Amino acid sequence: MTRKSTIVVLGTLLGLYAASQASAAADQVVIGDIDDMSGVYADVMGQAGVDVINMAIADFGGTVLGKKITVLSVDHQNKPDIGASKFREWADQNGLTVVLGGSNTGVSIAMSKVAAAKKIPFIAIGAGGASLTGADCTPYTIHYAYDTTALGNGTASAIIKEGGKTWFFITADYAFGTQLQDAATKVVLANGGKVLGAVRAPLGTTDYSSFLLQAQASGAQVLGLANAGTDFSNSLKAANEFGITKTMKPAALLAFLTDIHAATLQTAQGLYLTTGWYWDLNDQTRAFGKRFFAKVNRMPTMDQAGVYSATMQYLNAVKAVGSTDSDKVMAQLKKTKINDFFAKDGYIRADGLMVHTMYVMKVKTPAESKYPWDYYQVVKVMPGEEADGAQPDQTCPMLKK
Amino acid sequence: MTTVFGVPLPAILGQLMLGLVNGSFYALLSLGLAVIFGLLGVVNFAHGAFYMLGAFAAYIGLASFGVNYWWALLLAPLTVGLLGIVIERLLLRHLYHVEPVYGLLLTFGIALIAEGVMRSQFGASGKSYPVPPLLQGGFNLGFMVLPVYRAWVILASATVCGVTWFLIERTRLGSSLRAATENAKLVQAFGINVPLLVMCTYGAGVALAALAGVLAAPVVQVSPLMGSSLVIVVFAVVVIGGMGSIVGAIVSGLLLGLIEGLTKVIYPEASNIVVFVIMAVVLIWRPAGLFGKEQ
Repeated sequence: MTRKSTIVVLGTLLGLYAASQASAAADQVVIGDIDDMSGVYADVMGQAGVDVINMAIADFGGTVLGKKITVLSVDHQNKPDIGASKFREWADQNGLTVVLGGSNTGVSIAMSKVAAAKKIPFIAIGAGGASLTGADCTPYTIHYAYDTTALGNGTASAIIKEGGKTWFFITADYAFGTQLQDAATKVVLANGGKVLGAVRAPLGTTDYSSFLLQAQASGAQVLGLANAGTDFSNSLKAANEFGITKTMKPAALLAFLTDIHAATLQTAQGLYLTTGWYWDLNDQTRAFGKRFFAKVNRMPTMDQAGVYSATMQYLNAVKAVGSTDSDKVMAQLKKTKINDFFAKDGYIRADGLMVHTMYVMKVKTPAESKYPWDYYQVVKVMPGEEADGAQPDQTCPMLKK
Repeated sequence: MTTVFGVPLPAILGQLMLGLVNGSFYALLSLGLAVIFGLLGVVNFAHGAFYMLGAFAAYIGLASFGVNYWWALLLAPLTVGLLGIVIERLLLRHLYHVEPVYGLLLTFGIALIAEGVMRSQFGASGKSYPVPPLLQGGFNLGFMVLPVYRAWVILASATVCGVTWFLIERTRLGSSLRAATENAKLVQAFGINVPLLVMCTYGAGVALAALAGVLAAPVVQVSPLMGSSLVIVVFAVVVIGGMGSIVGAIVSGLLLGLIEGLTKVIYPEASNIVVFVIMAVVLIWRPAGLFGKEQ
């Protein structure tokens, strides 16, 4: 066979395969999970997120409306182009009905554009950027677990109440970091505080010492860490080493349970942070925590709990409207109250943000921690409206009609 | 207050000090890379992974076997160096007669496997390694507080770099090594076991990377990805210094650490690309690198 005819045969086979996939997909519900599976945020959601989605599907009964439920997953490697092109590919070829996941705000913004173009619901869980339901909102985006506005309102106001009036930020240099810094800055200024300076550190920086010297030179009382994952643990570790935590109070604007675990309580004790969920809040959360632990051998983060809740909400909505039609499902999701082990008094606002109770936490000292993963004590329970405001974000273009 | 580029002098001094610390790491890592390239002609892309494995060896030693930092400084490079020798013996050896790109691909694959295995064992967020009790605290230098541990890093790195340079440039063993790279057949004819020499060289280069990993463990989060971001910078350092040049690797390592430190004050956003900009300029001006010999 010549090379040319080989290519023709291969092409035909691939075409047939794609066609069979598309037709098979018509009687399926296809859940896509696009997330960071290998990079700095892999422990926050990652492969365990796929396990949790499968756990939720099994609990739901394995089928909905008599259709099989399929899960597709891919590592977006924190690259917006990979996230967006996988989303598009699955929509075109695999009969995609919903996408979950999406740690990294930059990637999630790119994916929400595809969601709008393909008219497929996108439930962003891992990403923090509030612009997902603000300037970048779409009729098909839902922002589920937490956002930068809530983080700023929670952590920054708790610290200001303790007298931390002057701030210096170390910010991850991409959409998430800058939005987080903006949210915290608003709270600081509104409460009569001052921002004395900020540095933008590239994502994945390992050496924070020179940024910390700049922070110290500013004379600010509070060191605002507007970063996450290993960026957070590396900056906190260096702050301890250089003795900066003795003169400045560190504020974790976003820290996940796995970050605190990695940094150890010795380093992280006394930190304030805001979270949408914690495994040790009540019997329901503990039950989920234990199930997750049995599978993954660590306690779940708020994102991993959120993805279970979101999968259930989606499947219930499909069941209620009797179809996977995106517009019908979105309408159903937006009018359903969410009350489960993850969210209390949750509802999806017109701009797509899931408003629910948030918690301001203080990290325990090694002496206060009584059993493995006993890391937080609740400082304040923040009703959803206090965390995010009762009104939809007016910068969201679809609300401006 | 005296200022330079609108930045107060104490701040500049502080950043230069930190640049020296980072430069020490770059020097140590690029040294191993330069030795391996110079003597084997292998572009060792797994260098970052061996650095990471060195840090994890220290962590595992402490967490599981109670091996303290000082023993780890000896044992981790030995263990990882041994692993390097096994890899050279079983895999790399078969690629010496083909183009260098095959060696690059093989070592890149090894790096991905090592990262994947550690990620599935320890997770992406990694582990925390404490600063050894003897090296805690800091010196007040007037313009900044320099943690004792960072001063130790500069000292340790300078010593290791000096010893390695001396071994290769000033001893009989070093001269056989250098001769073997010029003409392996002739050196073999003098009764020197060249394959053994090459194997030990690779092991030693890998051990240097692991040593840098142990030195870095108390400073950064010990994570599976800690090497992959660094190895690219270190490659740029080696290219700027001149591929295979030992003095070049050490000098450009320290120099780039300093320049990066200054960039972090003047324009922080550019701090992770400044090394590559310099690389591009150097390659245009002197294609063989600052200390490399034109072929």
